[in-house]
Amino acid sequence: MELNGAQILVRTLMEEGVDTIFGYPGGSVLDIYDQLFQSPIRHILARHEQGVTHAADGYARASGKTGVCIVTSGPGATNTITGITTAFMDSIPMVILTGQVPTQFIGTDAFQEADIIGITRPCTKHNFLVRRVDELARTIREAFYIASSGRPGPVLVDLPKDVMQARMEYQDVPAKRQARKEPVFLPDTADLEQTVAMLKEAKNPVILVGGGVLRGRASAELREFVRKVKMPVASTLMGLGSFPADDPLWLGMVGMHGMYYANMAVSNCDLLVTLGVRFSDRVTGKLSTFAPRAKIIQVDVDATSINKNVLVHLPIVSDCKSALVQLNTMLGNNGLEDLRESRKQWLDQIETWRVEGALTYTRGELIKPQMVIETLNRLTRGDAIIATEVGQNQMWTAQFYRFNEPNTFLTSGGLGTMGYGFPAAIGAQVAFPDRLVVDIAGDGSIQMNIQELATAVKHNLPVKIVILNNGYLGMVRQWQELFYEKRYSHTNISGQVPDFVKLAEAYGALGLRTADPDEVESVLKKGIEASGPVIMDFLVEPEEKVYPMVNPGAALTEMQLGRETGL
Amino acid sequence: MNVRNHTISLLVKNKPDVLARISGILSAKGFNIENISANVTMNPDITKITMVAKGDTATIVKIEKEMKKLIDVIDVIRVKEKNAIQREMALVRVKINRKTRDDVTKSLDSLQCRILDESSDRLLLEITGETGEIDQALTSLEALGMEDMSRSGVVVL
Ligand SMILES: Cc1ncc(C[n+]2csc(CCOP(=O)(O)OP(=O)(O)O)c2C)c(N)n1
Ligand SMILES: [Mg+2]
Repeated sequence: MELNGAQILVRTLMEEGVDTIFGYPGGSVLDIYDQLFQSPIRHILARHEQGVTHAADGYARASGKTGVCIVTSGPGATNTITGITTAFMDSIPMVILTGQVPTQFIGTDAFQEADIIGITRPCTKHNFLVRRVDELARTIREAFYIASSGRPGPVLVDLPKDVMQARMEYQDVPAKRQARKEPVFLPDTADLEQTVAMLKEAKNPVILVGGGVLRGRASAELREFVRKVKMPVASTLMGLGSFPADDPLWLGMVGMHGMYYANMAVSNCDLLVTLGVRFSDRVTGKLSTFAPRAKIIQVDVDATSINKNVLVHLPIVSDCKSALVQLNTMLGNNGLEDLRESRKQWLDQIETWRVEGALTYTRGELIKPQMVIETLNRLTRGDAIIATEVGQNQMWTAQFYRFNEPNTFLTSGGLGTMGYGFPAAIGAQVAFPDRLVVDIAGDGSIQMNIQELATAVKHNLPVKIVILNNGYLGMVRQWQELFYEKRYSHTNISGQVPDFVKLAEAYGALGLRTADPDEVESVLKKGIEASGPVIMDFLVEPEEKVYPMVNPGAALTEMQLGRETGL
Repeated sequence: MNVRNHTISLLVKNKPDVLARISGILSAKGFNIENISANVTMNPDITKITMVAKGDTATIVKIEKEMKKLIDVIDVIRVKEKNAIQREMALVRVKINRKTRDDVTKSLDSLQCRILDESSDRLLLEITGETGEIDQALTSLEALGMEDMSRSGVVVL
């Protein structure tokens, strides 16, 4: 049957199982939008292409599916860069379809032409320019395959307008996929045997999990593994949710704002088993003092992540799931039950650290931001999808919200993108219309993509925004306080501009505000129970700081706890 | 740290932007490439790129991993000096006079060298050989009046 490019595109998307697209139209994608108009695919119209990409990213993180976006050429395409880079840094599977000027105009500085292939080469896993309609279907399939296989990532496909209009005789291709690059990495059995031997030998072992466990859907296998080996589990920011925070073996987040006891455990262990961790500088602190006593076993699907920052003793190039499945089999039913006694001393030591360095904050006249998150955690029993912006709000959420399930924590870890959380929450709400989705925001970050309130209202997406309104670009202010003698250069944004309650109302959403610690619970309850999108504006202690803190360049053990405990 | 030159050979898809992808990654990750050459193989869909990188083994392993990760790269081969033939080519223009002409040709006696053009005061030479041989030839020609030269990347088989 004869079809044009746009028709073939929409067909191929449906064959790939796409039922939801986030997008923003324009001249170069008119033909595609004309087909979408007639297709069963759900299209979520955002209000800015950055919002489009973060929403697709949030959808992908929450659902595990590949997020799909479509934008027009030129400015539409360039507006996606922050969203694409955010997804790239955190290994999120996305396919970004960009319109492009007709092929004969490419390279002529035509109206709304941008070299998006050149621009996104460093921030995509791969990208394609489709020059002929007969390459289209195959390219789209390849894009989906590349985005979701191995270490996932964003893949961009540039679609010239004439290719979308070109007609060709089209035959549905058999579902069977051609063999493609991206070899599957299966762990080497000898390496796994050595791993088991090292697990048995270790006296003070720690597991460190990262985003690779979530991206590799290995959360269930991780739980089984920990049940067998009875080792304490620490996590990077990106690994939160892969292991239940309520489990007694959970240590919480490591790194710059990690838990005292998690950092102490990692710094004193004799064996560190890392799963899907790439050793970012925010995780390791000073490299030369990172886990100084430990033998390190690193499991990662991306060979370039291995031995990149930290030299490891046993590298295992494998996805976390394959490695854990095999390890679980090798460990047998009883696992390391025999070692329970000999490990007791280590676990006791960790309990001592846990008490010594317990996460606390002092209460006062003003609302403490930590208290808002603790209350939210209690009210939701940890059962919500939580997105964050970037800054203090993000770190307090990572510390005080107890994530028990995978894919319930959406945060920009690698790029640290302010303005990520709200559109990401919208994307998650699209994937899970009946779940509670909350964006924990700062008063600065929320203004970076506030236009998406229109998207939430228009699509009946009842996302709850909790603003920890400290009147500052708080995390930057914290660094100015600690390292620049309180010279608060351009970080004071206080003065109730904008008035977030009125702003919510202007968009047709509900706005709530309190400055009273005693009202935190009732405002949260009211906001959660409301049927539509809500902004809850909590006026919090302006100069509260995030602790523990490891100063940049310091060792993980050199934590400031921000209180007078003598530690 | 044992820093020296390593030759890496890549088989890549013959597509317009493959070189851009490769050089983009090399510069983004801060790797230094001494020289590079590229041309199609017997299979017109596949290009062979040979590059020489300076570094210790760990650095070279990192480059290889980054190259392997690129979707359009089909294979990455570290060339071992013993098992491969490596050649470079240089085109050289030398200023001569009646006295020096023979010194120039003599200095190249042991090399693969052709005279492409000759006039009373200029010689245009084509020299092929291993990198070290070319280095040597150029050093001696410099002393004998080399005016200009152009040097290729390494090719291997
Ligand atoms: C797009 C972007 N611009 C700038 C920054 C640098 N930055 C990191 S945290 C921060 C302050 C965020 O302020 P706010 O949203 O109010 O959060 P708070 O730290 O006060 O909780 C800034 C400006 C960033 N991470 N992202
Ligand atoms: Mg703030």
